[in-house]
Amino acid sequence: MSYQFNWSVLWSGQSGGWLLQGLLTTLELSALAWVLAAALGITSGAMRTVPWRPLRALATLYVEFFRNVPLLVWMFFWYFGVPPLLPMTIREWLFDHEAEFWAAMFALGVYHGARMAEVIRSGIQSIPRTQFEASVAMGLTTFQAYRLIIVPIALRLIVPPATNESLNLLKNSSVALTISVAELTFQTRQIETYTAKAIEALTAGTLIYLVLCVGIATVMARVERRFAIPGLIARGG
Amino acid sequence: MLDLSVLVNNFRFLVVQGLLGLGGFTGGTLRLAIPAIVLGFLLGIFVGLARLARARWISVPATLYVEFFRGVPLVMVIFWIWFIVPQLLRVPIPEYGVALAAFVIFEAAYFGEIVRAGIQSVPRGQVEAATAVGLTRAQTMRFVVLPQAIRNMVPSLVTQMIVLFKDTSLASIIGYVDLTKAAQIVNNREIRPFELYLFIAVVYWVCTYSMSRVARRFERRPA
Repeated sequence: MSYQFNWSVLWSGQSGGWLLQGLLTTLELSALAWVLAAALGITSGAMRTVPWRPLRALATLYVEFFRNVPLLVWMFFWYFGVPPLLPMTIREWLFDHEAEFWAAMFALGVYHGARMAEVIRSGIQSIPRTQFEASVAMGLTTFQAYRLIIVPIALRLIVPPATNESLNLLKNSSVALTISVAELTFQTRQIETYTAKAIEALTAGTLIYLVLCVGIATVMARVERRFAIPGLIARGG
Repeated sequence: MLDLSVLVNNFRFLVVQGLLGLGGFTGGTLRLAIPAIVLGFLLGIFVGLARLARARWISVPATLYVEFFRGVPLVMVIFWIWFIVPQLLRVPIPEYGVALAAFVIFEAAYFGEIVRAGIQSVPRGQVEAATAVGLTRAQTMRFVVLPQAIRNMVPSLVTQMIVLFKDTSLASIIGYVDLTKAAQIVNNREIRPFELYLFIAVVYWVCTYSMSRVARRFERRPA
């Protein structure tokens, strides 16, 4: 093997700035998409368990369709397929304001919202049915019972799988490079193109992802212990 | 406004070549997905067993392997293999080989976790009983633990297979002509993105949804 290592390409020239920008874009994209995914996931996850069929059917349709199609296809669909159908003014505004970023954010959020919905649904279904019956017996409406009792308990139960799913979202944000969003993987490749030092560039990108994922997982393990409901979750048992 | 003729005219290219990989053509989603699932699962069994090994020099590297690949995006792994392997071996590797290697190595970490969880779901008393009856460790694994573990694994295994099937779309990034790349190629000529990408979304959906339906039937049978 005659590969010449030259790690200094990572801090000489523009590489350092590119990596930092890529990291910031990845975090921004993931954070916005996460908010959308959490909102869609909680709503549709809860809707899948309500005792009213049309709402259940609507949520099931959303979850089953968006979850079962590759994220890459959704990226292309939202970036190339949808804008031509929008009114001229919106389209022009979008292409002046980083359309690829918003398409990627939307694709990530809607796709992971469907996956998050499954996590939340299983959380709700693990709560004894009597909780819901008791709240309704106390005079709460179904909506109030979900908002005040069921969803808050479910959110505390699902911290581990929801963390897992959030990390999947962060890692999947790398797919946005296919529609040329300048996130971390995109910048890693750019460094490789400019310096022809593939191993160094890929190592830098990989390490950043690893540190992000391991860091978030460690923090969330603490959060999980803090929010565990005594008596409901047996930890380490 | 919706122009479906683009789908009819390119149906052969999209489905026969892009999805199935038939017709004297290098490409195809299924031609990549099926070997990737089989080989990824086989490697995953070794990874899962290695994580449970008593010897630390086996279990620690296996744990690091799993934690590493679960902490990086698949896209990154594909680029690693795409750039590094040709440099190391000094021979060009076709996209198919790169993609297959990346999927097998990456998904083995996830399959390994499923195998480990499946084995750990078998009650400890089963192993003790098997030992008491006089089975060796290997026999206990083969006749008592694995048959029960595999049944417990079925739901997560199928979920992971569906994930892997969807992930094969990422092979299009390095130029492998799967269903997604086929749609891109047609779109470059015809400029009908809405119809084309919605169509392949439906094709992917039909494949993954039928996989999950078949799996649900399997889950019910063994009690």
